Amino acid sequence: MSGAVLDVRRLVTQLHHRRSGWLPVVDDVSLSIDRGEIVGLVGESGCGKSMTAFSIMQLFPTPAARVAGGQVLFKGRDLLKLPPGEMRGVRGAGIGMIFQDPSTFLDPLLTLGDQIAEPLYAHQFAGNPRARTLELIEQMGLPDAPVLARRYPHQVSGGQKQRALIATAMACAPDLLIADEPTTALDVTIQAQILDLMLTLRAQSGAAILLITHDLGVVAEMCDRVYVMYAGRVVEQNSTAALFKAPRHPYTQGLLNSTISLETASKSLFAIPGTIPGLEGMAPGCRFAPRCPLAAQACREQLPELEPLDSGMAACFYTEQTARGNIWAQEGR
Amino acid sequence: MIEAAGLVKDFKVSLGLFRGKAMLRAVDHISLTISEGETVALVGESGSGKSTLGRMILGLIPQTEGSLRYKGVELAQLKGEAWRSYRSAVQAVFQDTSASLNPRRTIQDSVSAPLIYNHGQPAGQARAESARILERVGLDPDIFSRRFPHQLSGGQRQRVGLARALASRPSLLVADEPVSALDVSVRAQILKLMIELQEQENLTMLFITHDLGVARWIARRVIVMYLGASVEEGATEDVFAHPYHPYTRALITAAPVPNPEHPRQVRSLKGDVPSPLTPPAGCRFHPRCPLAQPVCSERAPETVHISDTHGDHQAACHFASTT
Repeated sequence: MSGAVLDVRRLVTQLHHRRSGWLPVVDDVSLSIDRGEIVGLVGESGCGKSMTAFSIMQLFPTPAARVAGGQVLFKGRDLLKLPPGEMRGVRGAGIGMIFQDPSTFLDPLLTLGDQIAEPLYAHQFAGNPRARTLELIEQMGLPDAPVLARRYPHQVSGGQKQRALIATAMACAPDLLIADEPTTALDVTIQAQILDLMLTLRAQSGAAILLITHDLGVVAEMCDRVYVMYAGRVVEQNSTAALFKAPRHPYTQGLLNSTISLETASKSLFAIPGTIPGLEGMAPGCRFAPRCPLAAQACREQLPELEPLDSGMAACFYTEQTARGNIWAQEGR
Repeated sequence: MIEAAGLVKDFKVSLGLFRGKAMLRAVDHISLTISEGETVALVGESGSGKSTLGRMILGLIPQTEGSLRYKGVELAQLKGEAWRSYRSAVQAVFQDTSASLNPRRTIQDSVSAPLIYNHGQPAGQARAESARILERVGLDPDIFSRRFPHQLSGGQRQRVGLARALASRPSLLVADEPVSALDVSVRAQILKLMIELQEQENLTMLFITHDLGVARWIARRVIVMYLGASVEEGATEDVFAHPYHPYTRALITAAPVPNPEHPRQVRSLKGDVPSPLTPPAGCRFHPRCPLAQPVCSERAPETVHISDTHGDHQAACHFASTT
């Protein structure tokens, strides 16, 4: 076994649809995270990145959703096989999770201090929970810990709420923090603070972070390694540096081209034609084929598997072409 | 086309059942001009007053103080027919496409309504024209005319939003975060469409966004707002290449750059945006400003014009000319 904290193997999660039966929202996803590593999971809405996180934590709604296959190995144990009681012991203690909108995950009727202390009580924290709560609040870079601990969520700003939520997730010093779009609802200057905080926490606690985001700028700043998802499947995986330098999947190339930032603003803007396919009536072949300029007959009939390349992996039959450079360069801009 | 001078908007807010009311100054003495055919971007974080300013220009809320003119005529003096024609000449596109379209109306009904009510077209003619407009925004009318908003994706709904705005044949489009709720690949499609439509229709655009990259890409001129006041204004390229106000500089360094080789910036900006109910005295930015001096908390800075090799700028900072 390598140093992987989390090793997800061929995970399949399905959602039930009234007319069409079980539809795969997460389809054959494998990903691993080493100790202390920050791994990005990127993709557009509906690509299954949040459902992957919910499947790891088994937080999805049943019976509307189910895991239909695969393994989720957390420190060698398959979480999918744990009895519910033991799984509860993993949530919050072994794996912490934070979400996009902190207000929906904080109880409006409890003070921040009570909420940060809750996981400590739930997981039988050995020390003094009150002292630990104040220590956590300070660690989050929040001023006046004793005052803030008595505040209710509506009395603090969005950035402070997100810090409080991170404190609850970090309370039991988890080995893995899953952060689902942690800064999407925040302003840029506050986003920068929260990202800095996550880097500091990683350095201090050595916790690995699975960072789910749609923002490639955040990925470039934070992540060591990246997985790119499209329509429920991982289409590319690589180190952050290599992925941004030489993306190999046509979708990744298109996504990088269409990103607008202060650096790329002067260039002309590119848009991937078409839209993300719905879960219903998914074609048998590559899910990106309807939008891909390289798509041939084989792409429409056969689903490409993730194949190892000289660096990283990509699920495309035409990685030789994509290696030569940006396949969208000749497309109409 | 639009000239605003010393524009102020106060809102009365309730502090609670027995604590009475307070005045919240959402927009504080903003002056701006938007010339015909120009795109001006209004950037700032939440609570900076950018949407309130947009709503005043749309005529949705009256200003508390100051003057707002459209083609030289004071908005407050427009009555009856003149007011109606202003409201149809100035159109809006909003962020939340599911909230801005009536869920019980078909796309065709939504797009043809302005043709019927603003331009007095008979229903049949309006339907035919709405089909042409839908085609212009890249939606096949045969497929989409009879659909309802919930049957469309976010990007498609934003196209409908644009189509409905265009149906009034506007001369000014106020776009309030039109692409913020959209995915990266769809965002690019909508922005390209907006540029294309702007060129074809010779539209003037006020583009409200928190995304500096989008602002830089779409607008020739940019106004940076903080807590209701304009802190910096100038040609987009100049402002982003050589920001004079420390807040503009902080915004630029805070924006993540999708390039792992880009050196990670040192973020100097501490703390949260203060509540607009109790804005800091002097310069509003001073509690968070890395350059703050005693004078900053005592006196509000004047807007200074800076004209040098980096172009023409206006910045409201005591140290604008020295930085």
